[in-house]
Amino acid sequence: MAQGTKRIMLAGVGGQGILLASRILSAGLIKAGYDVKSSEVHGMAQRGGSVVTQLSYGEKVYSPIVGAGAVDLLITLEKLEALRYVHFLKRNGILLMNEREIPSLPILTGAIDYPQDIKERLSKYPISLYTIDADREAEKLGNLRVMNVVLLGAMVKLADLEDLVDWPSVVAESVKPAYREVNFKAFGAGKDLVR
Amino acid sequence: MQKIILSGNEAVARGAFEAGVGLGIGYPGTPSTEIIEVLEKKGGSECAWSINEKVALEQAYGACVTGLRSLVTMKHVGVNVAADPLFTFAYMGVNGGLVIVTADDPGMHSSQNEQDNRWYALHAKVPMLEPSNSQECLDYAALAFDLSERYDVPFFLRMVTRVCHSRSLVEIDPEKVYKRQVRDYERDVSKFVTLPAHARARRVILEENLAKLSKDVEARAVNTMELTDQDVGIITSGASYNYVKEAFGDRYSVLKLGLVYPLDQKTIRDFARQVKKIYIVEELDPYLEFNVRAMGIECEGKKYISPFFELNPQIVATSLAKAGLEPLEELNPAAKEPAADVPVRPPILCAGCPHRAFFYLARREKVTVVGDIGCYTLGAAPPLDGIDVSACMGGGYSIALGLSLNPPEGKKIFGVVGDSTFYHSGITGAIDAIFNKRDIIPVVLDNRITAMTGHQQNPGTGQTMSGEDTFMQEPERIFMAVGYDRVLEVNAFDLKGIRDAIRDAKDTQDRVAIVIKSPCRLLKGVKKGPLMEVDTEVCSKCKSCLRLGCPAISLGDDEYPVIDPLSCTGCGVCEQLCKKEAIKVKDQEVSR
Repeated sequence: MAQGTKRIMLAGVGGQGILLASRILSAGLIKAGYDVKSSEVHGMAQRGGSVVTQLSYGEKVYSPIVGAGAVDLLITLEKLEALRYVHFLKRNGILLMNEREIPSLPILTGAIDYPQDIKERLSKYPISLYTIDADREAEKLGNLRVMNVVLLGAMVKLADLEDLVDWPSVVAESVKPAYREVNFKAFGAGKDLVR
Repeated sequence: MQKIILSGNEAVARGAFEAGVGLGIGYPGTPSTEIIEVLEKKGGSECAWSINEKVALEQAYGACVTGLRSLVTMKHVGVNVAADPLFTFAYMGVNGGLVIVTADDPGMHSSQNEQDNRWYALHAKVPMLEPSNSQECLDYAALAFDLSERYDVPFFLRMVTRVCHSRSLVEIDPEKVYKRQVRDYERDVSKFVTLPAHARARRVILEENLAKLSKDVEARAVNTMELTDQDVGIITSGASYNYVKEAFGDRYSVLKLGLVYPLDQKTIRDFARQVKKIYIVEELDPYLEFNVRAMGIECEGKKYISPFFELNPQIVATSLAKAGLEPLEELNPAAKEPAADVPVRPPILCAGCPHRAFFYLARREKVTVVGDIGCYTLGAAPPLDGIDVSACMGGGYSIALGLSLNPPEGKKIFGVVGDSTFYHSGITGAIDAIFNKRDIIPVVLDNRITAMTGHQQNPGTGQTMSGEDTFMQEPERIFMAVGYDRVLEVNAFDLKGIRDAIRDAKDTQDRVAIVIKSPCRLLKGVKKGPLMEVDTEVCSKCKSCLRLGCPAISLGDDEYPVIDPLSCTGCGVCEQLCKKEAIKVKDQEVSR
């Protein structure tokens, strides 16, 4: 694959705010002068289904998507989705997982149970696993919806992109003025969660 | 100039805007939908949602006859609907430029098949440009209008999901303003009236125009050669080009075809002379491979690369590694395979969706249901399990007509379509049912909007695309006008009402249609009902409410169902369904 290109993948459940997180990230990377290509999912898959976006950045990026085994950094907004997409990571890749559990249909109806051993199973992969409770942080800030930006803050820190651009201003440009303050705080809280 | 990030769809809209398009029209369909929406917001051109792809293309053609540039958009299967006029418009040629976007969906992210619409170009003799990124989406859209007018042919712009919904940098001139391009209209019966004698003459002219087009300098400039290796050359186009470059960089020579019909044979032969071995990398069918081979050029493609589903750089790299090609990077995955036994997370009807109760009851009333395309196709998924057959837009009634001739288990056949689908082409089956005296019950799940694609207006909405008030069609009036004796109108959340309607329709000799009404819960301004909760003192743990497949209801730790206060919309269906009356209003406040 083209040298120096980094691939990030975000996975979660429709409605968790993946598109916004991905767009803020793109905006920052473009500001820093990178070539960026990203890929989104619209349509039927969004109706409560598993949702994925991918983003690649580097000197010159051709493909907006990569296949299994080629992702550097996987961020999952939900635990089950971490298990579903962990094989997309490279060996020694980073997985940042939100502790949130959202039952899918067969779990809702009681046909099967929500797996209780996700963290244990993930720890057996040759990856660096980080888990945070972004929903709890967002709740502390009084707005559950900024969970995605908490994760984004943590991700930026983990990917060593912290000093790349003035992230608060990038976040500000991507959200409505009324929500700027809470999103700043969410971004900062996310950064502080990973050390 | 300014660099901004745009999706492929946004870039096509920008290209059409810059080309001074007079009409943008289409029928919503993932992944094409945003093009017309973005164009409408830019202002300048007339924009509209048509009732189906055929009507959209015909309207666009009419506008182009008068000299306006016209853009018409649809998803891949929409081209099947528009195919009849398409083939003839190629003969007739254009006046103002006519550009047809076909948005294909390899991998079927949001579609019922993954047909490769490049064949339509060859088959209908409609030239086709295929962009690979947002910059090319903008450039090719504008170029397509110029070439359409220069060579008197409609033009295809072929997109795929990963071009439509991928975002990449585009250079634009922010100062550019909309300037409508219009050509003079001259009455020309020999061109615009396709009597056989005229068509025979136009058939020859079309071939001449295609031959001239394949020599056009500007058209050929979108076919680019990157000669970096004398041994191996790869011919590719569109999204596949991205995967080739990501996998192999500059290691092998690449011929990227921007114009995939008519093929630029001179450039292909030039390329073939300069490399020893040729591989073709293309998603889905061996379209380029067949054509290049037909030119007498040896090449290999589908021998290594899968003819189905989406490609990506890793698939291209590992497939061609079998042919001895060396990718830039060795794949070193964290795992060889996906984790085993991960519970599935299929898309489901939203909490409070007005389609849910009908499917729940249809199953319990043991009717055979032929479904259609829309959110309500999700009524087929367990636990609702409410659809027996479903194939295409507008097929809900017409396929039911056939089933009624030999009804499975002797059961009455219900055809079920949504409101947008009813106007799209469902309506024809309802008329045929009366004409041929077929015993089906047409049902409209009327949520007043085209929901699955993200809320586009349709004839039942009462508003045009731009929000202007217009006549609001009502399916019940249409049913009565075409010969139905009775139309049973029911509120979508009235469990007893729906059950009674189904039973009435099953038993009666009257010609009956059913309209089940309530607006989509995701529409702005739709009020929520009172929040529900489960009274564990009364609940018998029968789990009936879980069979609704509502994402707001789940099985709690102690085997009692739990209603999530954040997602419950208070539709009240579970409350009506619970025989023990264990589900009750929690929040008395009616509007939340």
